[in-house]
Amino acid sequence: MSNSTENSASGTASITKEPTSSSLQNDLLLHLNTHNKLNTWSYANEHNIDHQLVIGTFRSIQSMGDIVRMEQETSRSIAPTDEGKILIDNGSYEYNLFQAVPADKGIEQPELMKLPNANIGFAKAMSNGWLEVDKSCKPAIVKRKVDNVHDEVKNLLMRIQSLQLSDPNAKEVVDLKKRKLVKDDVVNYFIVTKSAGFSTNIAKGEAELTADMLQTGSWKSLNFKQYNFNAKGMIPSYGCLHPLLKVRTEYRQIFLEMGFTEMPTNNYVENSFWNFDALFTPQKHPARDAQDTFFLSDPAITTKLPTDYLEKVKQVHSTGAFGSIGYQYDWQLEEAQKNVLRTHTTAVSTRMLYKLAQEKTFRPAKYFSIDKVFRNENLDATHLAEFHQIEGLIADYNLTLGDLIGILYEFFRKLGMTKLRFKPAYNPYTEPSMEIFSYHEGLKKWIEVGNSGMFRPEMLLPMGLPENVSVIAWGLSLERPTMILYGINNIRDLIGPKVDLEMCRENPICRVIPAKVEN
Amino acid sequence: MPTIGVKRSLLFKELGQTYTDKEFDQLCFDYGLELDDIEPIPESNGEDVEYKIEIPANRYDILCLEGLSRALKIFLKKAEIPKFTLSNQKFIRMKILPNTQRIRPIVVGAVLRNITFDADSYNSFIKLQDKLHQNLCRNRTLVAIGTHDLDTIQQPFVYDAREPQQIKFRSLNQKIEMRADEMMEFYLKDTHLKRYVSIIQDSDVYPVIYDSNNVVLSLPPLINGDHSKMSVKTKNIFIECTAVDAHKANVVLNTMLTMFAQYCSKPFEIEPVEVEQVDGKVIVYPDLSDRSQDVSVQKINQRIGINVNADKAAELLNRMCLRANVIDSDTLRVDIPVTRADILHFCDIAEDCAVAYGFNNIIKTVPKTSCIGNQFELNRVSDLLRHAVAEAGFMEALTFTLCSCPDVAEKFGKKIENIPAVHIANPKTLEFQIGRTSLLPGLLKTIANNQGTALPIQLFEVSDVILKDASQEIGCRNERHLCAVFYNKTPGFETIHGLLDRVMTSLKVTYNENRTNDKGYYLNNECEDSAFFPGRHAQVMVCGANIGVVGVLHPNVIENFGLRLPCSILEINIESFV
Repeated sequence: MSNSTENSASGTASITKEPTSSSLQNDLLLHLNTHNKLNTWSYANEHNIDHQLVIGTFRSIQSMGDIVRMEQETSRSIAPTDEGKILIDNGSYEYNLFQAVPADKGIEQPELMKLPNANIGFAKAMSNGWLEVDKSCKPAIVKRKVDNVHDEVKNLLMRIQSLQLSDPNAKEVVDLKKRKLVKDDVVNYFIVTKSAGFSTNIAKGEAELTADMLQTGSWKSLNFKQYNFNAKGMIPSYGCLHPLLKVRTEYRQIFLEMGFTEMPTNNYVENSFWNFDALFTPQKHPARDAQDTFFLSDPAITTKLPTDYLEKVKQVHSTGAFGSIGYQYDWQLEEAQKNVLRTHTTAVSTRMLYKLAQEKTFRPAKYFSIDKVFRNENLDATHLAEFHQIEGLIADYNLTLGDLIGILYEFFRKLGMTKLRFKPAYNPYTEPSMEIFSYHEGLKKWIEVGNSGMFRPEMLLPMGLPENVSVIAWGLSLERPTMILYGINNIRDLIGPKVDLEMCRENPICRVIPAKVEN
Repeated sequence: MPTIGVKRSLLFKELGQTYTDKEFDQLCFDYGLELDDIEPIPESNGEDVEYKIEIPANRYDILCLEGLSRALKIFLKKAEIPKFTLSNQKFIRMKILPNTQRIRPIVVGAVLRNITFDADSYNSFIKLQDKLHQNLCRNRTLVAIGTHDLDTIQQPFVYDAREPQQIKFRSLNQKIEMRADEMMEFYLKDTHLKRYVSIIQDSDVYPVIYDSNNVVLSLPPLINGDHSKMSVKTKNIFIECTAVDAHKANVVLNTMLTMFAQYCSKPFEIEPVEVEQVDGKVIVYPDLSDRSQDVSVQKINQRIGINVNADKAAELLNRMCLRANVIDSDTLRVDIPVTRADILHFCDIAEDCAVAYGFNNIIKTVPKTSCIGNQFELNRVSDLLRHAVAEAGFMEALTFTLCSCPDVAEKFGKKIENIPAVHIANPKTLEFQIGRTSLLPGLLKTIANNQGTALPIQLFEVSDVILKDASQEIGCRNERHLCAVFYNKTPGFETIHGLLDRVMTSLKVTYNENRTNDKGYYLNNECEDSAFFPGRHAQVMVCGANIGVVGVLHPNVIENFGLRLPCSILEINIESFV
């Protein structure tokens, strides 16, 4: 238990310094640990430390947590005046005067009276009976009357300073008051007690281990400041990916794991033929309204359309073909030529299937894509004019609706969903069509998670695909599951210029956890 | 998807049983309907509620209480599919005059005799017309329905088209007569009817139906005459449908008839109308005959993935209002009633079989299709670059593909005519006039909306822009760009420049200090661009091709995007790196 402050009171300045804040902190806590209670004023005086430094150190201890309790108190007291403090340091005038008198032969009075404050000192020493004057000589000689004296004044002053003597009315202090060595005083001090989180181990030490300490080996003898593990660290500067696209990565990964090939969907503009007509969507279908679809004014139309295929599509719409009675209306080429911002990535699927049909022999295919589609919709908290569509499809001989249900279970299992049910639905280019519902354990209800179906023969047969080839497909939006995943209510917080960059910065790693495989 | 409202009490009365809301919701789910909402009916003092039910867009036969309850009863095997018959009365006649061919060439019609409405069924009759007008009739552009109290008018009727000034009558619920041209002005102020005015307004002749006493029945597709107005007490109804699409006109007429003929004194009997066409040919409406189609049970099983025999398949189809008879062990003859206009192909019949079987009763199987998955290379490269740029400390943004003209032109001191942007013909807001030709506007707008964020703001995006390109089939193409922005109290060009160097290193493109066009990359600052602070930008040259720009934005650009601090940017086309 090294305690540098004990020496500092009387030691010489060249060796001891003001106690460092950390060692004082340590001392104060140890003191408090032993005594359970500490009076800052007494402590400061006992250890000859500035009272404000003691208070300040306790304040800094308090700032580290619930370690000590401080209660302020005030008391009437006495304190040495400035002159009194000088006397504490230098001794009383009478004592010094006495010491200046050689023990054996005495000293000539005029010589003695050259000392500072000799008049007061001489008078006091005389009245104390310490000295006598031999006036038989010229000049008179002052001699010691006693061999030894105690500097009672200095002792008293020290006791007053250290609060051992604080009664303003004590007899001993009356004379000192008269001599203006002591004054009445008001002291604000603190009674410090232990608090719940008290420990002696919070003592600060060196802030950090430095390269220099390692070089010199000084770390071995140094105390190190405790780290505060209750605070957060400093976040490193970092870049990050967008939350929605992190979810896209997960979905993309799932399709790749399932052996699907990514379709080239980098064509936002499509003509109505590939976006609608080839999908057996009649030309007067509401989806083809200007209310729902963005049409282009420049480039407004596509004139390059595959002629033979176009004729078959026209026929299946207008008069019926391939076992279908068709929609029985006057199909217009001009309507098919109109360019639009694609309303679904199924336009790309259609092109891919057409391409597949043009190959010499049919080979089964599994395709997927996740990309932007556009709807000229009224915008609200969950609808934007553009969103990402996730789409998967399988083309093979004799696929069944049961196969579609089976692959949907596999796909959604990878998204952690195992409870599915299917509702009959209507869609111009699939038949049967099914809406996919999943039971959400958190919301405790069935929620719609996607759409699916088997592409209609009216869509596939004009392409030239073999009659016994079925195509099963499903689609969902990327935004909706992402909003549910992150608990985002307004889509603008996620996409577009009003995105919350802080939210993006703090967005965690996206890991979609698959459900266990059922037996 | 249309949504219809039906009183729960009436629906359950028709179905002959009551359900809890949850049970009825399940029934809807199984049939492919959706119980969207349950609304209180205040007048019923809490006794009754209205079910809001979402109907598939191709099922016009269940858009009213009558059709819905009929379909559900048949589905639940509580009723048979009704047979519709035509009466043998002397037909009412209608003649089409040639002028109509210039504006709205088709009219069909029929009569419901001795009908008895009550308040609910009359209301349903009105509501079905509304639903059909909104959906199948495409807001009356394709077909418009007129229904009249036959006892107030005198056949034969004439369907003509006349000049607006020559047509004058008292329209429905109006006190005074108006000329047709005045009516256009009048109904333009009507919140409900104004949207139909434009269908005929600009034509030189307007379609109009007269009776033999020159009483106006209707001015289709806008308004009926007040003279032949129907009420709940009407006994005999004349229904006419004028149209530009004959098939749809028939579907609409048949739907009105088949739904409400159940209230006639002879249920499901309909009185035809003969219509003399312009060429003198006479066609009798309606045609209520079934359409017959033979289907293979094995093919149904194959498509759905079930295994039912012919009897079972027939039973399932009958429950879906498709009259099916077993011909042999693999063949069913399906008589498709006119109410099922949605049945176009075998696949529709197979689907109905699956619905009746129950989608959720089908045994799931995983397709055996075996394929090797592949990524689209452009997407793979994009993803690798996205990671590289994020690793370099930039934050990814996701901005809109659509933007305004100023976003790519004026704000950068350029003219829209010189920008190869695709233009949208029908934007609902000025924010979506064109496809972006650059990712930069989106990133700058993102910063403008996030100015409270700690500096520096370092954003990037890897995504597609759209460029007009006459060499392409569609006349334009996507191009994948990488754009990055550094926004701080100083432009930090060195950071953006360093990012470019880092990206090039990632792509194994070396710096070409000789600035030759055979290999590597260098910056060519001998160029001008109003978007940049003069002298502070350069083209990014890779193997001699200009793939983009890097530089410090012009203060005008910064101001135009509502920004306050200097900004340096990088935007390059990354397609050459695939």
